[in-house]
Amino acid sequence: MIETRPRKGLTRRALLSRSMAAGASLVVGAGFVAGSDAAWALETQALRPETMATLIQMARDIYPHDHLADEYYAIAVKGYDTAEAAEGIEAGIAGLNAAAQGKGHADYLGISWERDRVDILRSMEDSAFFQQIRGGLVTGLYNQKAVWPLFGYEGESFSQGGYIDRGFDDINWL
Amino acid sequence: MAAPFDLSDDTVIVVIGTGAGGGVLSNELAQRGVSVVALEAGGRYLPEDYVNDEWESFGQLAWLDPRTTSGDWRVARDFSGLPAWIVKAVGGTTTHWAGASIRFQDHEWKAATTYGPVQGANLLDWPIGAEEMAPWYDLAEKKLGVTRTNDIPGLPGCNNYKVFEAGAKALGYKEVHTGRMAINSQDYDGRLACQQTGFCFQGCKWGAKWSAAYTDIPRGEATGNLEVRERAHVARILHDDAGKVTGVEYFDADGNLQMQKARAVCVAGNSFESPRLLLNSASSMFPDGLANSSGQVGRNYMRHMTGSVYGVFDKPVKMWRGTTMAGIIQDEARHDPSRGFVGGYELETLALGLPFMAAFLDPGSWGREFTTALDSYENMAGMWIVGEDMPQETNRVTLNHEVQDQYGLPVANVHFSDHPNDIAMRNHAYRQGIAVYEAVGATRTFPTPPYPSTHNLGTNRMSENPRDGVVNKWGQTHDIANLFVSDGSQFTTGAAENPTLTIVALAIRQADHIAGELSRGNL
Ligand SMILES: Cc1cc2nc3c(=O)[nH]c(=O)nc-3n(C[C@H](O)[C@H](O)[C@H](O)COP(=O)(O)OP(=O)(O)OC[C@H]3O[C@@H](n4cnc5c(N)ncnc54)[C@H](O)[C@@H]3O)c2cc1C
Ligand code: SF4
Repeated sequence: MIETRPRKGLTRRALLSRSMAAGASLVVGAGFVAGSDAAWALETQALRPETMATLIQMARDIYPHDHLADEYYAIAVKGYDTAEAAEGIEAGIAGLNAAAQGKGHADYLGISWERDRVDILRSMEDSAFFQQIRGGLVTGLYNQKAVWPLFGYEGESFSQGGYIDRGFDDINWL
Repeated sequence: MAAPFDLSDDTVIVVIGTGAGGGVLSNELAQRGVSVVALEAGGRYLPEDYVNDEWESFGQLAWLDPRTTSGDWRVARDFSGLPAWIVKAVGGTTTHWAGASIRFQDHEWKAATTYGPVQGANLLDWPIGAEEMAPWYDLAEKKLGVTRTNDIPGLPGCNNYKVFEAGAKALGYKEVHTGRMAINSQDYDGRLACQQTGFCFQGCKWGAKWSAAYTDIPRGEATGNLEVRERAHVARILHDDAGKVTGVEYFDADGNLQMQKARAVCVAGNSFESPRLLLNSASSMFPDGLANSSGQVGRNYMRHMTGSVYGVFDKPVKMWRGTTMAGIIQDEARHDPSRGFVGGYELETLALGLPFMAAFLDPGSWGREFTTALDSYENMAGMWIVGEDMPQETNRVTLNHEVQDQYGLPVANVHFSDHPNDIAMRNHAYRQGIAVYEAVGATRTFPTPPYPSTHNLGTNRMSENPRDGVVNKWGQTHDIANLFVSDGSQFTTGAAENPTLTIVALAIRQADHIAGELSRGNL
């Protein structure tokens, strides 16, 4: 099982001391990626942690929601961290880094402006790799029940008796 | 004999599919004392099984067997294996449907005559008309408990409707209301009133929305004249040397091939599977498939001219609360060629949950243009456009011999391209839909492309002349007297209205005809 919560016994200071910044809000250490606030950590199995960090950044750049923490993007892509998927993902991310290097950056995570990262994604948006990641995110990200309230969506309502007495017609600004 | 029936019982009527067409037909025949075996590819799910969760419900109920697509419609690009969003379950797509139940306008039965020649369109008048259908519509409305008919009050308006209504009125539209819905506004027929749960597309857990799954099917079974075999996928319709249908071959729940004999067979698998089955039943006597001497089986596929408009406002709407389809504007449904197209369209409110909105708002798009739209999800209102599309011979269901389903049968390929009339009508509807929302202060609007088809029509169409279509005015195939078509594939033209009330009315009428023919000794 991959934990997206802080690993037991790993304090913020301990975590940060064992990792390097990777992009704006991610840190990478031996065998894990974490939020730079140490609110969550993801142990990687088959993917290199740098690859996973880049994948998380790529996911955010495809569907950027400033009010969603990286954790949700990490959950959305963690399914690629398997022996079967790893080779394709490593190759895809290597391609992404190569494109970044072609534009004079160290790698994809080293690009500070979203605009410049998105330019690179646009140039590869017809590739099978990009479409795999984008397509997977449609359910991987938006079908996470934990993100629904962050968009206001209330989800299941039958168990609460529907909205007949809970504001189905409560609009007050028309 | 009473149900269950023997495989070798050749006195039964076999009905294939148990949705709006087949489910109603089965019950109506059973009520008239006719023995029926209904074969349904899907399983049985009832309100307690339905889930208030868009993707989970989709996985539970949707038809997911392989299909392929071609043509220039965007669905072929964005959802190439999913040309339609329909159901595989006892009750068919009446589990998913929203419940909008409106009659055709009188002139729509005579599209060819009313519209005149339209280049590239294969228009034809129905061999039946408004007057003949009126009593059957009466029965269908009573069965479904349609609001605003028979003194049943309309549903109350939810938030999404209120925005829509205010915009419509500001634009000067007159025919705006909460719809004629097969959703109870008060207890009716032993079923509860709508609790405004907002998951009508996922199966109504209260049973407030009519579905054949928990009305017609159990009532038919209660007569002892109907046996429904679920997870029974019909592979082929069989015939004798005289060219009469003798029964069907189907794969049962364990994947074993069975043969059920029949006195007559009624095909009601929705507009992809019904023609596919006729084509897959080709024999040396009927090399082009059953009932296909006209070459029209699978042709003239219609899916309604559709699209959606979503509007974002500066304040919350919470459109997901309450009935999914909660109201209608009918002013544009008329035939008025001065708008630049023949036929008309309806505007109906529609709400999607966040997961489906992400998938369908603008399939394939990404980046901030897309995500800022979803950031405003709470402030969104939505409507769906449904209008008459032109039948075209080249829009058609064919067999794709390259791809096979789990039984090794060639799958349906669905080819569709818009007619210029469809495009002109859609553009008009987008403009009007956007104007409705702008009239109440929308800060941003989205003319959203059509989803995988929910209305599928026309692929075994009804015609006066056997040369022009597949079935006659009773849904009986022109070529084979004891083979009938009983679903939306019979539609000669699509009209502007949601089709199910008409499918149900035709099924009741067909049941009456078949029972009559049986008692007259003609079948
Ligand atoms: C989300 C959604 C909303 C909708 N809202 C509305 C609405 O508001 N108003 C309206 O009028 N219409 C609406 N519709 C459309 C409506 O549901 C369909 O028009 C109607 O159900 C079609 O009836 P049918 O009998 O042709 O097919 P279906 O109801 O689809 O039934 C066909 C059945 O046949 C079975 N079958 C197929 N092939 C085989 C086989 N080989 N062997 C055995 N069984 C087979 C299928 O599993 C299925 O159960 C909606 C549809 C959807 C998806
Ligand atoms: S809104 Fe009404 S009809 Fe729709 S699912 Fe809920 S209770 Fe049923």
